[in-house]
This record gives sequence, C-alpha cells and structure tokens, in this order.
Amino acid sequence: MDKKTSWWTLFLAFFRIGLFTFGGGFAMFPLIEKEIVNNYGWAEKEELLDIFALAQSVPGAIGVNTAVFIGTRLYGMPGALVALLGVITPSILIILIIAQFFLEFQTNPYLAKAFAGVRAAVVGLIAAATVRVGKNAITDRFALALALGALALSSLKVIPVIWIIFLGGLSGYFYYTKRGFGRK
Amino acid sequence: MIHGQLFASFFKIGLFTIGGGYAMLALIQEEIVRYGWMTPQEFVDIVGIAEMTPGPLAVNAATFIGYRTAGITGALLATAAVVLPSLISVIIVSRFWERYKTSPGVQATFAGIRPIVAGLIGAAAFLVGSASLQGAKLGAVHIPTLVLAIIAFLGLVLREWDPIKVLLASALLGLIFF
Repeated sequence: MDKKTSWWTLFLAFFRIGLFTFGGGFAMFPLIEKEIVNNYGWAEKEELLDIFALAQSVPGAIGVNTAVFIGTRLYGMPGALVALLGVITPSILIILIIAQFFLEFQTNPYLAKAFAGVRAAVVGLIAAATVRVGKNAITDRFALALALGALALSSLKVIPVIWIIFLGGLSGYFYYTKRGFGRK
Repeated sequence: MIHGQLFASFFKIGLFTIGGGYAMLALIQEEIVRYGWMTPQEFVDIVGIAEMTPGPLAVNAATFIGYRTAGITGALLATAAVVLPSLISVIIVSRFWERYKTSPGVQATFAGIRPIVAGLIGAAAFLVGSASLQGAKLGAVHIPTLVLAIIAFLGLVLREWDPIKVLLASALLGLIFF
C-alpha cells in the first residue's frame, strides 16, 4: 500500500466524518465508528472509546482531538495533519460560503426547516451513541454508578468535565486494581 | 496587527476548550468584546449557525470570525490557531499512550473512565435534546421534533441505520413536514 494512497484515504475518511458531524463531537462517535472501525479497521471499538475519553481530556474540540489521535496512530505526525485537515476542511468551506451569504442564510425559511429536522436527528444520534457506549463500558454496578454520576454531575454543571473524567479515572484505578483487573 | 491578535486569541480559546465546545462560548465572547470584532447580536447569530453546520463549534466560530475581521487570511489563521493546541497536546499524549496503554494501572483507570464517557454522552443528549425539542411555549415540547428524534434513535439502536443517511433523511423530512 503506497503512502500517497493511504494519506488520501485517510483524508477522505475524515472529510466524510467532518462533513456529517452535526451537533458537536459526541455526535461524531457513530460516524467515526462506522468509518474507522467498520469500514477500514483502523481501530477496535474499545480502543475507540479510550481514544474518545482521551480526546476529551486534552485541550481542544473532541472532534479535532479524536481525528488527530487516530491519524497519529496510523502515520505519526503526517497522519495527524492529514486527519486534521480532513476533518476541518468541510466546515471551513461551508462556513466561508455561509459567511458570504450570511443575511440570506439567516432568513431562508427552507433552510431553517431542514436544519430543524437535522437537529432532531442529532438528538437521536447522541442518544443512540449513549446506548452503544454504555453497553460496552458498563460492565458492572460500579461502572453503572460512575456513568450515572457523570450524567448527573455534567447535566447539572456542578463541576467541570475534566474533573469528572479525572475522578472517574482515579476511582477506576483504585477500584479495579484492587480487584486484580486485567485485559481479557 | 489584527492577524496577530486573531491568532493569539484563538490559540488561547483552543487551549482552554476542554471537554466540550459550550464551555468555550464564554471565552470567545470575552475575546470578541475585548477586540470589538462583532456586536453581541452578531455573536448570538454565529453560535446559532455554528450549531447548525458541521464541524466543532470552536472551529466554526474561528473560521467565521476570522473571515469577518480579516478575510480569507483571517479565517485560515484563526482556524489554524484554534486547532494548534489540539495538535500539539494530542501528539504529546499519544506518545505516552502507545507505551503505557497495556499496563494494568492504565487499564483500570480507563475501566473507570469509559463509563464516565457514557454518562457524559448521555448528558449531552439531554442538553441538546432539551434545546432542540422546545416547543413554541416555554416548557412545551415540539412534538414533530420529538417524534423524529425518537425514530432516529430507534433506527440507530435497533436497526443500525447509517448515521449519515439518518441526518440527510431528517433534513428532508424537516423541510417537508416542519
């Protein structure tokens, strides 16, 4: 497999992901799963969860971070750049077009209705991602407690997300190492 | 001068966006007010558009504001600035990741983090849901949106529908029925 073809494939895969990710990084999860895990086999589903968790713990948008992580794993720094360019190029192009026609865009009733439909689908998408991730991640009662805790704490905006993740990791570390945890 | 300001501002914004784009809105607003790049009303419109178009909120905001203040150069500069912190930190972290991901301590930690992520995604579903499903009156629910959301959810979970097709179909349905 010559490098040039692979880079283009990588770029295209993330271009598609970037083009159809509406409503924030979490909505990206099913799309990434489809492209990265199912289509190309660049990562396992469980690895994807871990990458997603990492992507939320470092600075930057989740979508961008996830793309860069996967790109780095595949082809190091050049891979990171290619994936990054792939995932943000669609939005750059679209925003530039919109910025040009800002006023018309704001007042077009057809676009408003279409986007209202998209928003509804995004809610469904994120809810579906919750179920899928939950099935994979919640393996015992402790994990369930962590998930519910995170849900409550972040919905109520009580503490910053990064702390929630940190506390979760810390609890996981102490709870699971005590039980002699190891990969099956 | 303005290019430097743009770059510096959005680099800062990219650096302090952890855990989600909404946290960063307050920060962007701060920067806009400081440099007077747009009016508050325009800012609200930008956020609305950025939510409706693909791509992370931070990137969309950077592109738009960059374009409005300094044309295409500004757009590219601001966008590059906002993703640079991601690029740097992810590359650093992934070095360590490959080496340590099989250690039992790391495994245990992530066994704790994975359910947290599930919970966070659930919370995002609630937040986006409550914003999108609002009806004309406060506290009311827009039934068609709710129905579409439920159909999308069930299709994705039970029938493994393709997410992209779901989005496109929903745009079409929104156009026709809403």
